Amino acid sequence: MEGGKGMEIMKPEKILKLFKEKLGNSIIESNITSKLEGAKKNSYSSIWITIKLEHFKEAVKLLGTIQFPHFAIISGDDIGDEIELTYYFSLYYGERFKEISINLTTFVPKKDLKVPTLTDLIPGAQTAEREIREMFGITVEGLPESPNLFLPVNFAKDIYPFRRDEKGIYPLSENGNYVGENIVKRKEEVRKVE
Amino acid sequence: MTYSVPIGPVHPSLKEPMTFNFKIYGEHIEDVYLAPGDNHRGIEFMGMQRNPVQIIYLAERICGICSASHPFAFCKAVENASDIEVPERGQYIRVIIAELERIHSHILWAGVAAHELGFDSVLYLSWKAREVVLDTLEVLTGNRINYGMFMIGGVRRDILPEQVKVVRKTIDYYREIYGKIEDIFLNDPTIALRTKNVGILTEEDALRICAVGPTARASGIRKDVRQDQPYSAYADMDVKAITPEDFGKKTVGDVYDRIVVRLLELVQSLEIIEHCLDNLPEGEIVAEKKLVKLLNQLKRTKGRGVGRHEAPRGECIHSVKLEEAEAPKVWKARAPTYNNLMTWVPMLKGQQIADIPIVIASIDPCIACMDRVTIINKSNGKKSILTKQDLHKLSVEKTRRITP
Repeated sequence: MEGGKGMEIMKPEKILKLFKEKLGNSIIESNITSKLEGAKKNSYSSIWITIKLEHFKEAVKLLGTIQFPHFAIISGDDIGDEIELTYYFSLYYGERFKEISINLTTFVPKKDLKVPTLTDLIPGAQTAEREIREMFGITVEGLPESPNLFLPVNFAKDIYPFRRDEKGIYPLSENGNYVGENIVKRKEEVRKVE
Repeated sequence: MTYSVPIGPVHPSLKEPMTFNFKIYGEHIEDVYLAPGDNHRGIEFMGMQRNPVQIIYLAERICGICSASHPFAFCKAVENASDIEVPERGQYIRVIIAELERIHSHILWAGVAAHELGFDSVLYLSWKAREVVLDTLEVLTGNRINYGMFMIGGVRRDILPEQVKVVRKTIDYYREIYGKIEDIFLNDPTIALRTKNVGILTEEDALRICAVGPTARASGIRKDVRQDQPYSAYADMDVKAITPEDFGKKTVGDVYDRIVVRLLELVQSLEIIEHCLDNLPEGEIVAEKKLVKLLNQLKRTKGRGVGRHEAPRGECIHSVKLEEAEAPKVWKARAPTYNNLMTWVPMLKGQQIADIPIVIASIDPCIACMDRVTIINKSNGKKSILTKQDLHKLSVEKTRRITP
């Protein structure tokens, strides 16, 4: 991946255009948001891109051709048949108001819960990838097997705390929210014993 | 003969119990494996069953020191998701609290670093100096930590003219003693001996590991959210990321550079607070005073938001996804140490056992996780346990040994 000082700083629109040119067919959705801050109302921009899983790693590689991206975190959301993963990156540090946040979203189908690892491109992604592996049960292809990082080593197998299905901690209510029935049931059982 | 030396994992009273597994040849560290996670409390899971206002107080308790940074980032994330504009006065008060927190955190770190080197008098003196900023925070918020100051759309308490006087007095106090602090940490030959060229993190490694905060800046990366994506009152002033070059020295990326960066940031924080007090705008401090109305608005919101804040240890990022429900569908919080974790590996490789405390402390994590150390002799399988005190003793002995 390239990087370094004295490079040309691209506008967010131009970055999005580059993504559309190179990966046009696999971009599902994209937009640019900007936020006014302070009393002087200056602004910075964020780019949100939703991309198909098969071209996700290419998108990260494309990001790497602009500059070595700063990787922040992965957030996940179990939306039923798929798990929505959002990777938060940023480009261009070192100058006021020039940093651009780039948030790449992709959907991983539950039938085939696999994402490619980014650690060969960005070693700093290791911790976050191990987290989604433990919390969502997603296989990260290319990431070496290792003991649990966040959950206890003896944590129940095949239970993933952030899943909202039968593999999660709570069963689902009709509107898809956590209902905590397990806890209620458990309390009743305790009362019976007493 | 290579020994395996696990350090950690548990010290229940602290925020980040953690295990370090060292491969050691004599005094020389050959490799290190990290095993955190012993204190995972499932705060995000708890948050996803509460409303956003309740989450502020959970966020405040993610870390005992960054009790302004997490709510700052979280409130920003929710505001971005629901298009709430924070009144200007609220933005300035937020920054004042955040910078006071940075002062107390950096002085706390300086004291801990001195302690790790065996300079306990410096620990006591620097923590005595830290009391002043804690008292100031108490005057402003009612609490020394867990300020309860942040609210979605602004802050909960105004800063009154008599409180401004207290803050100005605090600034004067730190300006007065700063010379002494700098003299102790940067000119003392013993501290220089123990910290120069120890625990080096190169610029390339810091970039690849995505290090943040003073850890990255001490390696020469000019990265600071207050500079790169200025927010709140930071957007109105010229905050610059500080690297050792600003001190007129070449960047090495060692423990000494991390001390330099943190000390310079103390001065910077004083300037920022002063600027905020001088230019404090009049007006409201919070966008929506009525909580019920605010919660109703959030309940109708559908959208995503990201909030970033430069905490004392680096970029703190929160992300929320609101989907017309009482609780957010997704709440992801990432503290700076999460990214800085892996920097320990290149820093510790090639160092000595006695340098472990200061190198681990140098990125400003929770260092007291080094509760106990077991040295296993592979040839006879015998175990001997080194406590934190033993490790500390080793470090102090090294200071004495190398001091002329």
